[in-house]
Amino acid sequence: MKNMRTNKVVFTILTGFIIISISSCERKLSDEVKLANYPNNPAVYIDGFSGGLQYLPFGGSKLDAFTVDTQNRYAGSSAMRFDVPNVNDPTGAYAGAIFPDFGGRDLSGYDALTFWAKATQSATINEIGFGNSFGENKFLTTLNNMRINTTWTKYTIPLPDPSRLTFEKGMFWYAEGPENGNGYTFWIDELKFEKLGTVAQPRPSILNGEEKVETSFIGANPTLTGLTQTFNLPTGQNQTVTAAPAYFTFNSSNPGVARVNDQGVVIVLGTGNAKITAELNGVKAKGSLTIQSLGQFILPPRPARLPANVISIFSDAYTNVPVDFYNGFFAPFQTTLGGADINVNGDRIIQYTNLNFVATEFKNPTVNVSQMTHLHVDFQIRETLKPNAFITIQLGDFGANAAFGGGDDTSGQFKITTPNLSSNQWISRDIPLSSFTGLTGRNNMAQIFFISSDASSGNQSTVSTLWVDNMYFYKN
Amino acid sequence: MKTNTQFMNIRPRWFGKGKLVLIAGAMLLGCSDYTQKVTNFNQLVLAEEFDTNGPPNPAIWGYDIGRGQNGWGNNELQFYTDRSKNVTVKDGNLVITAEKESFNGAEYTSARLITKGKFQQAYGRFEARMRLPWGQGMWPAFWMLGSDIDTNPWPGAGEIDIMEFRGQNPTTVLGTVHGPGYSGGQSIGKSYSLKNGRFDTEFHIFGVEWGPKYINFYVDNVLYNQITPANLPGEWVFDKPFFLLLNLAVGGSFVGSPNNETVFPQTLLVDYVRIYK
Repeated sequence: MKNMRTNKVVFTILTGFIIISISSCERKLSDEVKLANYPNNPAVYIDGFSGGLQYLPFGGSKLDAFTVDTQNRYAGSSAMRFDVPNVNDPTGAYAGAIFPDFGGRDLSGYDALTFWAKATQSATINEIGFGNSFGENKFLTTLNNMRINTTWTKYTIPLPDPSRLTFEKGMFWYAEGPENGNGYTFWIDELKFEKLGTVAQPRPSILNGEEKVETSFIGANPTLTGLTQTFNLPTGQNQTVTAAPAYFTFNSSNPGVARVNDQGVVIVLGTGNAKITAELNGVKAKGSLTIQSLGQFILPPRPARLPANVISIFSDAYTNVPVDFYNGFFAPFQTTLGGADINVNGDRIIQYTNLNFVATEFKNPTVNVSQMTHLHVDFQIRETLKPNAFITIQLGDFGANAAFGGGDDTSGQFKITTPNLSSNQWISRDIPLSSFTGLTGRNNMAQIFFISSDASSGNQSTVSTLWVDNMYFYKN
Repeated sequence: MKTNTQFMNIRPRWFGKGKLVLIAGAMLLGCSDYTQKVTNFNQLVLAEEFDTNGPPNPAIWGYDIGRGQNGWGNNELQFYTDRSKNVTVKDGNLVITAEKESFNGAEYTSARLITKGKFQQAYGRFEARMRLPWGQGMWPAFWMLGSDIDTNPWPGAGEIDIMEFRGQNPTTVLGTVHGPGYSGGQSIGKSYSLKNGRFDTEFHIFGVEWGPKYINFYVDNVLYNQITPANLPGEWVFDKPFFLLLNLAVGGSFVGSPNNETVFPQTLLVDYVRIYK
């Protein structure tokens, strides 16, 4: 019990229950029917801090970014003023703070947080919302990239589901950095929760409304992202806010394969398919995640070579050189899809589908492998082996100009054919660089290709789905 | 929702004090505005309650089909059909559905119901209880045209728009008249906005009380406009029978085209249409 007033309200409610129950039943009320009633004060900042409100800036932010301004105000005697610092401001890199009321408030009777705002220049406020109290932030709600200009304008941040906000501590929060390196000032006034009655047509989404399919494995924990709630405002504008997972109810079509916890983290438990969907306040969310769990994931053997003897392109056992991409999607002939898409408890695996050829590029900067003797690669063919299946690995060196073309590029191929291939198990190869015939340059290595189609196959793909891991150069 | 009690509850408030209006032996909701010219129409002539599932009653409702001339004169984008996909009665409502689909050269389909040749009346109270669609480019309307339109072309025949609405403006409806010298952009009318509600989330009542030399426009229990000959820059053409239209247009010069945020399908729900004399 927070105070006498709260006690009184609870007492009144209990009395109500007793009167209702006299006629219907003889049971006594247990403690469980006690309803916690918190104040429903809608004001956050009108002309000063509302009761219980505090100011707590983020660590690393400009701590004095917020002040009370009695000169620039929309209404009444003062407004909230926020001074966003310049880049390299010694007092803080950005402006950001929470305004909590740790006593908690019941916001369930409102449908929007509203305020008037203006700025010294047109700008885009990175994040602004409520539900942040440096605690669990269970119902964090954020309007991202709020456009603001130099005239006072009213803004509406809809509550994703008011019925969940019976005990909310985070009344307001924001985070904003410099615009193009420059600081500026914005003001907020008449900040309050309102029951507008005109915030309507809720359309929640997960995964930003996309229907995604993900190959996964027992023990994987993909997180559901892109959780939003969209309302149509009386202006006709659709307002989308980022809504915390706790607003949603998640469902799995196959809980034996995958479940979702209340933080929106998927837990893969078994083999098979499970479609994850969600609802927000009874409205089905757009978007879904279909987990295709292949069961226990068997990782390739962990590389054991000394890091000093290795230049790694793609391995979680080493620090990798900068890579531009794992799939260049080279038009018009490449069909290959995918890239570093599989994540098994932090261990990334490249998955290519529809393979005909694909390149990983690491040209910024190019890599000098002149001291190295071998290329190591682990790969796995994820399908029944075709009789003519092959994998050709091609290395490309960009030559002295360290750029593609210019007449100094060299490359060489190494082809692995069926006697040395198998399906659905890791194939580990250590290939001497001298085996890549034609690869005369070693100082500006920039490309590793996987190729499953050439003239010998009539330019038809012979391997479609390929996993790749642990691509690195080494010396013995 | 269609009991007499309900009807009494939604009765417009400007029924004159002292002029006892007795409907189904019910009560009087009194209040007055002595400055308004008011006649009471309390004899139910037509009560279309939409209680039978399937196509709307063919004795009352016909259809405009197709795209008309230049999108029914407004560059509207839909093709009107009488398919159940676009118009049906279901669960106590007439349901007019605008779909985004390629159909006979149009990008959208919808429906327009018309009582021409089936029901017409001069004067009376004309009202419908409806829930409107929402989103940029949606244009539902409940309106009337002069029955002599075939021999007296628009705008000469006259038009009474009991309710028009722009989906991108979900709190506002418009009531308008068109006639010779005051049509299209020069039409005479007024808008009405809800302060704490919307027209797409709940049902509202839209109506006119039309007598000799006046038309009153109301939403729910609020009279928001009265048009008399004194308001018109041209001839008063509203002393003859008019027929009814109910439609959901998509796009057009009045409302603009849908955009990529417009959600389809959209529905216009009509709980009832009641005509009194």
